[in-house]
Amino acid sequence: MAHFAMATGFLLILIGAWGALTNRNLLRMIIAFTIADSGVNLVIIAVGYMHGRTAPILDSAVAAADAVQRIIDPVPQALVLTAIVIGVGVTALMLAYVYRLYEKRRSLDIGDFTELKG
Amino acid sequence: MIKRLIALALLAAVGSVFATLLFGYTPDAVLNLTARYYAEHTAADLGAANIVTAIVVTYRGLDTLGEVTVLFLAASIVGLVLAQGTQKKPRTPVPVGELLTTGARFLLPMILLLGVYVFVNGHLTPGGGFQGGAIIASGILLLLLADPLKHFSHGLISAIESVAGVIYVSIGLAGVFLAGGFLDNRILPLGTLGDLASAGAIPLIYSLIGLKVGAEFASILASLSETEEL
Repeated sequence: MAHFAMATGFLLILIGAWGALTNRNLLRMIIAFTIADSGVNLVIIAVGYMHGRTAPILDSAVAAADAVQRIIDPVPQALVLTAIVIGVGVTALMLAYVYRLYEKRRSLDIGDFTELKG
Repeated sequence: MIKRLIALALLAAVGSVFATLLFGYTPDAVLNLTARYYAEHTAADLGAANIVTAIVVTYRGLDTLGEVTVLFLAASIVGLVLAQGTQKKPRTPVPVGELLTTGARFLLPMILLLGVYVFVNGHLTPGGGFQGGAIIASGILLLLLADPLKHFSHGLISAIESVAGVIYVSIGLAGVFLAGGFLDNRILPLGTLGDLASAGAIPLIYSLIGLKVGAEFASILASLSETEEL
């Protein structure tokens, strides 16, 4: 299960990287980045998964006393919670910048923005 | 064509690294040292049933404060970048279907209620401030879809955002004086594990984070929706 989720995550990262490298359209590149972002999150979550254990929430099913034997690793989940929120902020920023670029040049093609080329 | 080949070669190299990682990975059979500490001490020390929440709000509370700040910065920069040099000309209203208008009116209170429920119960159930805030912002998005000309008061949004932020930092500072350190949740009684009013200041802090995140997302959405059509 962990391997399956991890393979899916790595695949998503590769798909995202392929999309970001081959697409010329800025909006498509942003979508590619968000796909890669999801892949990274999936890989981190998969690292925390442990077979036969349950979510790190203590209740009637998981007593605090035997939590060490019953729950999966909570740290990757806390990390991904952070990563998702920051991902939203980054995506919103990228979209805002692309909007401004389009307003200036009337183009979404990365080839039309050559200021940083030597 | 040659560019695609280079990209393909690059991805093949990265993919082989990933494959090595994947096939060399064996899942842990027992919790590692950090996770073990959290599993053993969360219930007794912090009284929070949801260990992920305990990590996010208290053990790594300073990181979460930083994260909320990053989100605030992102929302401000989006507002700044989009507001720059846009001329206000009256937009032609886009006709919106009856279904969407009625649906939004019917669903919005329930979405807001669900968002509040999710962040108030953040220390007991899967959920919390970030998720609840995102749900509230999705309600705002529905409202914007149903009425694209609707103008949100940026003053109100930033007032909610700033007040929540100031109280969040004040609770953190109260922890320095009344309990063990910055953002310590034990300034309030811990209560019994699993009760709504338990885990000290965690429900309070996570509700404030929920309001703050909801206001930040709403401000991003409002900025994006108010920009001129090109």
